[in-house]
Amino acid sequence: MALLTKKDTSLILDPLADNNPITIQVLGICSALAITAELKASVVMAISVLFVLGVGNVVISLMRNIIPSKIRIIVQLIVVATLVIIVDQVLKAFAYELSKTLSVFVGLIITNCIIMGRFEAFALGNGPWRSFLDGIGNALGYGVILIIVGFFRELFGSGTLFGYKVLGDPVTKTGLYATGYENNGFMIIPPAALIVVGIIIWVQRSKNKALIEEN
Amino acid sequence: MSDKKLTLKKRLHILKHRFRGKKMAPAFNAIHTFLFAPDETTHSGSHIRVADDLKRTMNTVIMALIPVLVFSFFNTGYQHYSAINGFPDNFSLVNDFLNWDNFWLGFIKVMPLVIVSYGVGLLIEFIFAVIKGHEVEEGYLVTGMLVPLIVPIDTPLWMLAVAVVFGVVIGKEVFGGTGMNILNPALTIRAFLFFAYPTWMSGDKVWVQGAVERAGTPDAISGETVLGYLAQNKGDEMAYTVSDMFFGFIPGSVGETSVLLILLGGLFLVFTKIASWRIMVSAVIGALVMGLIFNGVVEAGWIGQSSGFYGLMSFEFWKHLLVGGLAFGIVYMATDPVTGSQTNRGKWIYGFFIGFISVMIRVFNPAYPEGVFLAILLMNVFAPTIDHYVVRGNIRRRLNRLKNATVLPTNSGEEAKELKVETI
Repeated sequence: MALLTKKDTSLILDPLADNNPITIQVLGICSALAITAELKASVVMAISVLFVLGVGNVVISLMRNIIPSKIRIIVQLIVVATLVIIVDQVLKAFAYELSKTLSVFVGLIITNCIIMGRFEAFALGNGPWRSFLDGIGNALGYGVILIIVGFFRELFGSGTLFGYKVLGDPVTKTGLYATGYENNGFMIIPPAALIVVGIIIWVQRSKNKALIEEN
Repeated sequence: MSDKKLTLKKRLHILKHRFRGKKMAPAFNAIHTFLFAPDETTHSGSHIRVADDLKRTMNTVIMALIPVLVFSFFNTGYQHYSAINGFPDNFSLVNDFLNWDNFWLGFIKVMPLVIVSYGVGLLIEFIFAVIKGHEVEEGYLVTGMLVPLIVPIDTPLWMLAVAVVFGVVIGKEVFGGTGMNILNPALTIRAFLFFAYPTWMSGDKVWVQGAVERAGTPDAISGETVLGYLAQNKGDEMAYTVSDMFFGFIPGSVGETSVLLILLGGLFLVFTKIASWRIMVSAVIGALVMGLIFNGVVEAGWIGQSSGFYGLMSFEFWKHLLVGGLAFGIVYMATDPVTGSQTNRGKWIYGFFIGFISVMIRVFNPAYPEGVFLAILLMNVFAPTIDHYVVRGNIRRRLNRLKNATVLPTNSGEEAKELKVETI
C-alpha cells in the first residue's frame, strides 16, 4: 500500500486551494490581519500553526474514544493551550525579537478558529494518520495565504522582504526610491490585509467557477 | 459628401457593427458613446421618456465644476507667488489674482492631475468593460473631475495613478461598477492617498505649489491651511480674513477653497435637479449645530486656552462652512445619488450627520485637522441602513393609520365605527 492513498492526498491538497481555511471558509482572519505586516512574522506564524494543528489533531484523534463528549471542548482547549505554550517558550528561547513582534498573537493561536474547527470537524471522527494529514493540509492552506499577504504587505508597505531592503533604501534614496517612489503606508495598517485577502478571494473565485455561490 | 469619404462617426459605427459580439466590442462602443449620441433605438415599447440620460447628468455636474477648476488655476499661482513674494498689501482682484502668471502656473500644474485622473480611470473602465463584456459605464466622468480637485497641488502623478486604480477597482468595480458602489469612488481615492502617503496629504508644505521641492533650501516656502493654524492654536497668527475664506484666496486642496464658486455650482445643480437640496441644507445645519456645541463648550469654560482643542473649538461656528473641504464635500460629494440616501427623510438624516461628523472629526482628529472625506465615507456606509429604517417607519405609520381609521357614517343616525384592518 502506498504511503498516501488518493483520499489522503486530497486531505493535504484540498485546503491549499479549493477548500482553503481563510479564503473559502473565512476562518482565522484575525491573525491574518494582525501579523502579516512582515513576511518573517507570517512565516513564523504559519510554522507555529503547522506545529500546533498537526500535533494537536493527532493527540485529539488518539483520545477521541475516551473524551466524554460533554467536556470535549475543555479537553481540546487544554491540548491546544499546551502546544501553544510550547511554541511560545521555544520562540522566546531561540527567537526573542520575533516573539516580541508576534506578541500576544502566538498566545492567541488558542483562539484561532481553524484549530478548534479541525479538532471538532475532523480529529474527533478520524484516525491519527488521517487527522495528521488533515492538520498539516489546513495549516499549509492557512500558511500559504499568510505568506502571500505578508509578501505584498511587506514589499509595498516597507519596501523590504524578510527585512532585506529589496527596493533600495528609503532614507538615502537609493534603488527605486531615487525615482520618487515611496512606501505605501496604507499597506502597514491591518485593513490593507483585509483588502489583500479580498483580492485573493476574488482572483480565486474568478479562476474556479465551482466556488461561485448561487443566490 | 461622397459615400467613400467616411466621417469618424461612420467609421466608429462600422467598426461597432463589425466587432459586435466580439470581445473588443465594448471598447469601440465606449469610444462611440463617448463622442456621439448612441444610435441605438429602443426595440420594445418605451415606458419612461426623459431627456437626461446618465451621460447628460454627469456632464451637468462637470459643468458645475468648471468654474471651480478655472479658479483653482488662478489660486494655485496666487498662493505660489504670494508665498515667495509676500501677500500683496492692497489686494486687487484683477492685478494680483486674475493675471496670466497665476493662470499659467496653475494650468501647467493642475492639468496633469486632471489628465492622469481621467487617463488612468477611463483605462480601467475600458478594461473592465471588455472583461465583463458590458457597455462601458460613464460613471468615471464626474469622479475623474472631482479627484484632481480634492488633492493637494503637489501630489506626485504616480501616486495619483495608483490611488485611482485602487479607488476605481476596489471602490467601484468589485461591487459591480457604476451605480452599484457603496462608497464614493473619488473619496475612496482621497482616503487611499491619505492613508498611504500621509506626508503628501497633510502638513504645511503640501498646499502651496513648489513648497515640497523647496523644503530645506534657503528659498523654502510654506502655506498652512486655516484649519492647520487653528489645530496648532495659532489662530491669531493667521492673516486670512473672512472674505479671503469665502472667495477662496487661501491655501487648500486644489479646488476646495472658493466657497463662492462652489455655492454657485451647488445652486446650478439644485436648479437643474441633479443634486439634492435636502442633503446640502441638512449638512449645513449639521455642521452649524456641531460648531455651536463646541462654541458653547468653550464659552462654558470647560476648555481652557491651553487645551489642544481650543483653537478649533473656539472657531466661530459659521466659519466652519468657509474653510477646508466642507463646502466642496457637501455640494459635490455628499449629493452623489448612488452612495447617498434615496428617501427624502433619509436625506435629511444622512446630510445632517455628514455636517455634524465633519466638524467633530475636524476638532478631535489629532493627525489631521479635516474630516469631511471620512464623514462622507462613513455616512455612505450608513445610507442604506438609514433608508431601510425610513421605509420601515413609513410602512408602520401607514399601517397604524389604517388600523385607527374610522369609517364616517353615511347616514346621520349611524355612529362612526372603527375600520378593522383584518376585514380589508
